Amino acid sequence: MKQRIIIIGSGVAGLTTAGVLAENGFEVVVLEKESRIGGHVRKWDRLFPNRRPANEVMEFIEKVLNSSVDLRCGVTVNGVIRHDEEFIVLLSNNETVTGHALVLATGFQLFDAHKKEEYGYGIYDNVITSAELETIFKEGKQLTTNEGKTPHRVGIIHCVGSRDEKVGNLYCSKVCCVTGVKQAIEIREQLPECEVFSFYMDLRMYDRHFEELYYEAQQQWAVNFIRGRLSECSENPDHTLILKAEDTLTGRPLKMTVDIVILLVGIIPDPETGKIASMLGLPIGTDGFLMSGDEHIKDNTTTIPGIYLTGAVKGPASIVNTIADARATAQQITSRFMAG
Amino acid sequence: MNIEGKRRVWKDYQKEIAGDNFFYVRSCVRQNFFPGSEKTFLRILKEELHKDIFENAAHTTCSGIGYHSDIVPFETTMTIVARQFALMTESGYENFATSCITSFGLYTEILETWHHFPEVEERIRKHLKNATGREFSKPKNLSHASDIIFKFRKEIAAVGKYRLINHYTGKPLRAVEHIGCHYSRMFPSKGIGGAEYPYVLIGMIEDWGGEVIDYPERRHCCGFGFRQYLIQANRGYSLSCSKKKFDSMAPYKPDFILTNCPGCPMFLDRWQYTISEMEGITYGENGHGIPVLTYEELAGMILGYDPWDLGLQVHQVPVEPLLDKMGIPYNADSKFLNKEGASMGKPKAPSFLKFY
Repeated sequence: MKQRIIIIGSGVAGLTTAGVLAENGFEVVVLEKESRIGGHVRKWDRLFPNRRPANEVMEFIEKVLNSSVDLRCGVTVNGVIRHDEEFIVLLSNNETVTGHALVLATGFQLFDAHKKEEYGYGIYDNVITSAELETIFKEGKQLTTNEGKTPHRVGIIHCVGSRDEKVGNLYCSKVCCVTGVKQAIEIREQLPECEVFSFYMDLRMYDRHFEELYYEAQQQWAVNFIRGRLSECSENPDHTLILKAEDTLTGRPLKMTVDIVILLVGIIPDPETGKIASMLGLPIGTDGFLMSGDEHIKDNTTTIPGIYLTGAVKGPASIVNTIADARATAQQITSRFMAG
Repeated sequence: MNIEGKRRVWKDYQKEIAGDNFFYVRSCVRQNFFPGSEKTFLRILKEELHKDIFENAAHTTCSGIGYHSDIVPFETTMTIVARQFALMTESGYENFATSCITSFGLYTEILETWHHFPEVEERIRKHLKNATGREFSKPKNLSHASDIIFKFRKEIAAVGKYRLINHYTGKPLRAVEHIGCHYSRMFPSKGIGGAEYPYVLIGMIEDWGGEVIDYPERRHCCGFGFRQYLIQANRGYSLSCSKKKFDSMAPYKPDFILTNCPGCPMFLDRWQYTISEMEGITYGENGHGIPVLTYEELAGMILGYDPWDLGLQVHQVPVEPLLDKMGIPYNADSKFLNKEGASMGKPKAPSFLKFY
């Protein structure tokens, strides 16, 4: 009899793990709370750093899935029972699934920009999030103000909900800096007459080709980078927005009017993760993400044998890192069952 | 601007406000700035709302101005505040109500400090005992006086004689609200509506028929800012802050400015005169200024109290245009008469600001 692995979450991490496990001869059940698989990437238009269409990655991942993968959408986990060497997962549709290992790939949520009240999201109509901008691009629409005007100036605000003690998130979300640079270029591509101003604390261009993209944004696309955190956003009578910040390179306060503000929202743990972790008794870090068995050498395992972690359930991660992590998880599970 | 977005924020910041039996502490400066406000507050609570509110004559300054000016050490300030709590305890009250925003912020800061550092509270208790022989209980409820008017705003509206409706046009009067920094900026959860979009004054304006203006420099300092004014060399900065706000709010044509701090109405009122003398600029209609009110004064106007009993005659910016818009009658001849009917003397008319 084939070993059956249950994966909770069908984003890049969950589906990649599922694909590799299926190739390695396992039966796989993937549980997804949304009505369709794909997670956040399905909503994204193009990916950093090379601006390739996001759907190319999704197509690649889905291609690997074979008939051994049972995808179940629209279900959440109501309970998990450990019985001998098996896990019995109770689903919201009253069904149960039994497996020999459990992989948590519940990923992340985007920070709720309403919480940064001083930025005016949900109050001023021309304040939008990076995810909403991505939707505009994905739908092939032109970026306009809420009043339908072509913007002359756009402000991009980094670290919204990341590295911010005030909202309780001390950690870096890793992917927002480069997303902001990518989106700044894309705005300039779409609207060559529109000036783009990026307000940042420091730009964490940590991975391959990120720094090159940052240079390209400055040299080729004339994106303005201002080292300063936004202190507040307010609205003019004509619905343009006033930004106040301190330019920490010149050491002077700065006040600027823009037509649209884009908030680069950070990554937070999915609430579903905490719920499942408490069912299983898994430790949660101070940042709210799950703790692995060992942060250095057993990053895909947990303190409970047979339960594995993969992807952004352990903290913010890029797609490249998530795919590598998912493959490692799949390989670790394969090794365990091959060894008997 | 999406009002529903603001309402969403307001829902997140509610606080418990005691409903009766208040131990009231006055401000050390407000009676000089706006002499009718605290008296009006007591009158409303006692005569309109029939609440028990008590003052203890031994009450002193909270030392907040000295503390925020780096003159009085925090340890000393905490001991002074402990004494105020002792007066409340000795008087048999548990609900502390403060007139001053800086006092409110300071009491909140001290209670929070004691909550997180109980050893500090113990030390201060010893200081107070050694110095005065007094002991105290901490308040069960700490509210600013504007919180209390906010809590009873609908009751005030129900018995009020006037509303914030333009008598001539039938349209809501347009108000700028300005919240004192020490109300909720330090501890957003202690203020109605939080720090970014405080609701405490907006709630009064809306329930009394008016309309609130959101203008770009809404959050900007009124101009007091302690050191900006208390250090004489910085007063130009104080004036600049106020001017920045007036320039920003003027295009929205506000009918009045409502405040809940001792300093804010003082500077927003007096600096309009100064700017008019320096630059010849006035910010209201037809050479008028924009009247600046405390929440007690506005509540008194809604309730139909005589404007001169409210102390509106000591404002630098004349309030008559607002009284006219609200349809509130007033006797121009008694504006500068005292309670005995004798003249208090009429101020010299400004060069530009229209005067009555």
